[in-house]
Amino acid sequence: MVTPHPNHKPPEHGIHLMTDTIKLDINGKAFTLAAEPRVTLLDALREHLGLTGTKKGCDQGQCGACTVHLDGERVLACLTLAAQAEGKAVTTIEGLAGEDGTLHAVQAAFLEHDAFQCGYCTPGQIMSAVACIREGHAGSDAEIREYMSGNLCRCGAYPHIVAAVRQAAEAVR
Amino acid sequence: MKPFTYSRAASLDESRTATTVAGAALLAGGTSLLDLAKCGVTEPEQVVDITRLDGLDTIQASSEGARFGALARMSRVAAHADVLANFPAVAQSLSLAASAQLRNMATLGGNLMQRTRCGYFRDPRAFPNCNKRNPGSGCAALGGVTRNHAVLGTSEACIASYPGDLATVLVAFDAVVHLGERAVPADDFFLLPGDTPDVEHPIQPGEVITAISIPGSAAAKRSTYLKVRDRQSYEFAAASAAVGLELEADGRTIRDLRVALGGVASKPWRSRAVEAELIGKSLTEEAVCAASWRAVDGAVPHGDNAYKIELAPRVVARAILSLGGLA
Repeated sequence: MVTPHPNHKPPEHGIHLMTDTIKLDINGKAFTLAAEPRVTLLDALREHLGLTGTKKGCDQGQCGACTVHLDGERVLACLTLAAQAEGKAVTTIEGLAGEDGTLHAVQAAFLEHDAFQCGYCTPGQIMSAVACIREGHAGSDAEIREYMSGNLCRCGAYPHIVAAVRQAAEAVR
Repeated sequence: MKPFTYSRAASLDESRTATTVAGAALLAGGTSLLDLAKCGVTEPEQVVDITRLDGLDTIQASSEGARFGALARMSRVAAHADVLANFPAVAQSLSLAASAQLRNMATLGGNLMQRTRCGYFRDPRAFPNCNKRNPGSGCAALGGVTRNHAVLGTSEACIASYPGDLATVLVAFDAVVHLGERAVPADDFFLLPGDTPDVEHPIQPGEVITAISIPGSAAAKRSTYLKVRDRQSYEFAAASAAVGLELEADGRTIRDLRVALGGVASKPWRSRAVEAELIGKSLTEEAVCAASWRAVDGAVPHGDNAYKIELAPRVVARAILSLGGLA
């Protein structure tokens, strides 16, 4: 068993609840956690493993702030049970930059285009954009807007987000 | 969410057995089940994950017909070249539904089982009276905010609208829902609310959706799904139309026409009146616009949703005309 994330603090429950042992592969590292079966992948990341880069917005599949990759495909961590992710490769915003800290092309483009204001939706936007480009759905501004529509930005940074995704798509090409 | 146990079905039979257990729920993509569990609409005690069953995610399509395994994911079917070529309305209805993330998660079988988006249904704490959730308790939507409620197929017990896109296409093209051995026409898979809005499907304990099939047709090959909504993307339909068109060799007489409506009825709504009105006629804007009003035969408004009665025929007309190259 690999040591949990240094920030890991197990949640405190007032009552004893049945827990399962869940093994997760996150950003290439193996984690084992004891959690109730109802724990979502989002809560496992944030509350059990201290990986708080993935954000909780609506917690109901409507905002996209919790977007992560499962086996390379973008999904919503709030509507995925941690147990469902067993045996699959989970990639979060923490796993995107290179080992030496070199930013992913999408991260760099978001900085360059100032594609955020408060920043809360940004990890989800970036994870979604990486997949959007990989899927081949970033061919035009209209296509980017359509295929990024699952990520809401309440600050309204959309024009800069589209510009960042367009630039990153070109860079990746 | 209330606590539950989690297990993985090792076989299709195991998942069938799970449906006979009180308090057990099958988990596929989870996009509906976990959402409704968080809302408190559904409170499963046992969640049985069926996504690791083999062989249920196949996608086949040709001019002869299509067959999709129940666990085929929306994004995969939407992008499949043979589906795009032979059943464009199916691919479009999937691409226009939800978001890219949700389409990667959600399965076709789960999509058929999605529940209404009625805000009263989804909020048990604020609105205990809902005949769909709690039979006999009344309907909070009546006299409430009804912009997204149905104008067709409603009853005194329930005016919730069916929110799905795919099923609208399925009923237009005579698809079949396979529950193992038993095959149910898609139109019969969705029940009118009547006095029992809590009963939405004819599926019985011990039955699990295994596949969806659609017969091939010239109309399915020349088909479209037009979805009109309050925002451009990532939104349920205010009104939608699944339409398929086949013309005679003269290039203007309508040989076959399929029309179904979404977003306006209590179930995916086949509009045979529009089809009958136009088959055998010449495809003209005048004929199509006149016939499209038959799409809302029998419609009943409930306050805020009256706009749908004018919107739906226009969506139908635009879909038919665009297929015919007239819009």
